[in-house]
Amino acid sequence: MRVVELQVNGTKHRIEVDGERSLLSVLRDELDLIGAKYGCGEGQCGACTVLVDGRAVRSCVTRANSVEGRPIVTIEGLEQRGRLHPLQQAFLALDALQCGYCTSGMILSGVALLEKNKQPTSAEIVRAMEGNICRCGTYPRIVAAVQQAAKQKQAGGRGGQ
Amino acid sequence: MSQKSTGETLLEHERYELAEDSAYRVALGELVRRDFFKVLGGGVLVVLLFKDVLAQQETGAGRRHRPGSPRSSEIGAWLHIAEDGAVTTYTGKVEVGQDIRTSLTQAVAEELHAPTASIKLVMGDTDLTPYDMGTFGSRTTPQMNRQLREAAAAARETLLELGAERMKVERASLVAADGKIIRRDTRQTLSYGQLTKGQRLMKAIGETPLKPAAQWQAAGQALHKVAGRDIITGKHRYTPDLKRPGMLYGKVLRPPVFDATMVSVDTRAAAKLPGVRVLRDGSFVGVTAPTEHQAGQAMAAIRAEWQGAAQISHKELYDHLRDGAATSRASSLTSNRSGDARLAQIYNIAYIAHAPLEPRAAVAEWTDGKLTVWTGTQRPFGVRSELSRVFGLAEERVRVIVPDTGSGYGGKHTGEAAIEAARLAKAARKPVKLVWSREEEFTWAYFRPAGVIEIHSAVNPGGTITAWEFHNYNSGSSGIRSPYAIANQQTRFHSADSPLRQGSYRGLAATANHFAREVHMDELAHTLSMDPLAFRLKNLQDQRLRAVLQAAAKAFGWGKAKAAPGHGYGIACGTEKGGYVASCAEVIADRAASGVKVVGVVTAFECGAIVNPDGLKNQVEGAVVQGLGGALFEVVEFAGGKILNPRFSRYRVPRFSDVPKLRTILLDRRDLPPAGAGECPIVAIAPSVGNAIFDATGVRLRSLPLVPNGYQRS
Repeated sequence: MRVVELQVNGTKHRIEVDGERSLLSVLRDELDLIGAKYGCGEGQCGACTVLVDGRAVRSCVTRANSVEGRPIVTIEGLEQRGRLHPLQQAFLALDALQCGYCTSGMILSGVALLEKNKQPTSAEIVRAMEGNICRCGTYPRIVAAVQQAAKQKQAGGRGGQ
Repeated sequence: MSQKSTGETLLEHERYELAEDSAYRVALGELVRRDFFKVLGGGVLVVLLFKDVLAQQETGAGRRHRPGSPRSSEIGAWLHIAEDGAVTTYTGKVEVGQDIRTSLTQAVAEELHAPTASIKLVMGDTDLTPYDMGTFGSRTTPQMNRQLREAAAAARETLLELGAERMKVERASLVAADGKIIRRDTRQTLSYGQLTKGQRLMKAIGETPLKPAAQWQAAGQALHKVAGRDIITGKHRYTPDLKRPGMLYGKVLRPPVFDATMVSVDTRAAAKLPGVRVLRDGSFVGVTAPTEHQAGQAMAAIRAEWQGAAQISHKELYDHLRDGAATSRASSLTSNRSGDARLAQIYNIAYIAHAPLEPRAAVAEWTDGKLTVWTGTQRPFGVRSELSRVFGLAEERVRVIVPDTGSGYGGKHTGEAAIEAARLAKAARKPVKLVWSREEEFTWAYFRPAGVIEIHSAVNPGGTITAWEFHNYNSGSSGIRSPYAIANQQTRFHSADSPLRQGSYRGLAATANHFAREVHMDELAHTLSMDPLAFRLKNLQDQRLRAVLQAAAKAFGWGKAKAAPGHGYGIACGTEKGGYVASCAEVIADRAASGVKVVGVVTAFECGAIVNPDGLKNQVEGAVVQGLGGALFEVVEFAGGKILNPRFSRYRVPRFSDVPKLRTILLDRRDLPPAGAGECPIVAIAPSVGNAIFDATGVRLRSLPLVPNGYQRS
């Protein structure tokens, strides 16, 4: 047991935990940031996705002590001063969810993609998000939501994180 | 040949949707005892006494009537309008992604003449909501939607009466709109809150005339998911996200193989770990710890020896199901006219897993001998019964609360995690959370039944089916009956010895039965060199099914030339749970790579009057995408009492790249009552894809999944 320093959603946390624990379990159980979900524990479903240095990371297979000091963004940190991220807005506008369990991981994977690629084609979205599973099968709406958010950002919506 | 079949098969109740049921129902007296007004404050409360709820549940689920059950005081729903005008509706249904929280809110808004934003739905809480058998069988829209409409309509009438009294005018001179009662001539208005203030009015009602679909306003329009914002901001708490003061984390020891007997167990090392408590009760061994990580470490420190028995593998499955059936095929197809072509084929259907992204989970808490469990289940009252039996508690002392849940697809009818968490919480004397791992979910939940289907048929040279004999081993009897007009038919379901635990799945056995039937129809059409669409229409009298078949074919451009070599087109249709569906699929078969890609699917669907068009489209698309998994590659492999592929890295589910271009045609029948839509749209996708693969390659595939490793030329 030692202190692990995590920088999550712009706030520094000093947490006394076993640093070998997964980032997912530390976020959820120690910081009560429950937006990232457990879905498989092997980095195969993407429900646990968070952003580390702006890149989509599977927090269930990431050790907490491996991301010390690096900026981490969870779904809870995406909304800024009451304003949703354009991709969150697009998910709502297009009803790109059913049960919603995969949604935070989907949104963060999409946000990471949009940071790298301002106008992704649907083929690029499919390739980038292949690691995220939606068992309810809302994939076409998610692709449409990413494209709508890209358009909105292009048109001068709030910039990314 | 007599048409003996169907009576027999229809009486074979849907085992998988059933299991045991609660003997407990909320009666009006109890409701009064609960003193709702004390709990909720004053206002207007409408209680819907649902006279035929029992009859409907019997039909829907094969229940036997218990003499003396209090039919007259059955409650279907209740609705409360608080003194500030806030509307709360209570239903025992649960939200598992089918978005009934939205469609039911819409139904209430429509009848109450109130804004959707003013309406809150309390769902699946056994202390607060009326008894409900469960959220399955596509019953919510035809049943609960209607019940809530009735309650809301009665509440509106009560408000109109209150308004008339207050304004001292005739009831007929008032209208209700936008959460207000308005006097037609003077436009004087009173809000619902102004009318309910100071009231403690309870009204019990039966039937109310409902607005025909043609006059719907809120319903029938697209409405965004009412709880959507909480989900996209990560605020919504699913069961695994709940926390209770002092809560511990639990884990349960699983045997290495099915049906194993515990020989010995050593928990000493685990019990020495800080904060860890071990519970041993017969062969049930579980641990609790302050963190999930520590619970996992404790579990890893337990040494147990088990004895297993020989068990069959997936390779022997189909012979096992057929040979081990309780009844065998009674007779083979008899006399046909001599010129008729005959065809006999066997179709196999694999076990598949629901794999809901939220695994089974529960938080259990004991307070003064009363048990409260939060868990994601489709049967809150059924799970309450399970808990009451296991712990010998009166049902009134058990409360089950279902947070909106990370999907079910028929896979969450049982209360395993609830019972396990409650056992651990009882021993630890603290609240305990238990979340199944993905591997546990893939291994210890239940599967969609595997099955073998045998079809013998005959068809005359003009394309009329003259005989049809259909035997289903183990899959189940949903959708077993042919929708085609065939005078001479025999249909039977044979129960068999299932090596794996099996249960409900989206559409139940209808996916299996439709796959076999619609592939067989395709085979018959090709035997006669007839167009598969024309052949179906020739044998089909059901106008609603004809309509979706023709709508899908038209939108797809059925009969068009192939886009390129290797492309194939397939069509299939079916009816289930009051819905009608037809799908046309286009595939590309890559002979070199033995790969198949589904590139386009057109689905036409009709389920009576449409309540929420966008929600319905979402359900249809979701069913098609999910159905593609079972059609193409999903299969549970097992041997020696173990599941061989209990992880997403080994069990392939549809991902982004598997999704074809989807087109959905919704037929809105405003003249017909709405039916549910969560299940039916899944039944036509597998046969349409199988038929398209044949069209592309000439290879007839008769097993689901069709191409787990790419198609093979036999």
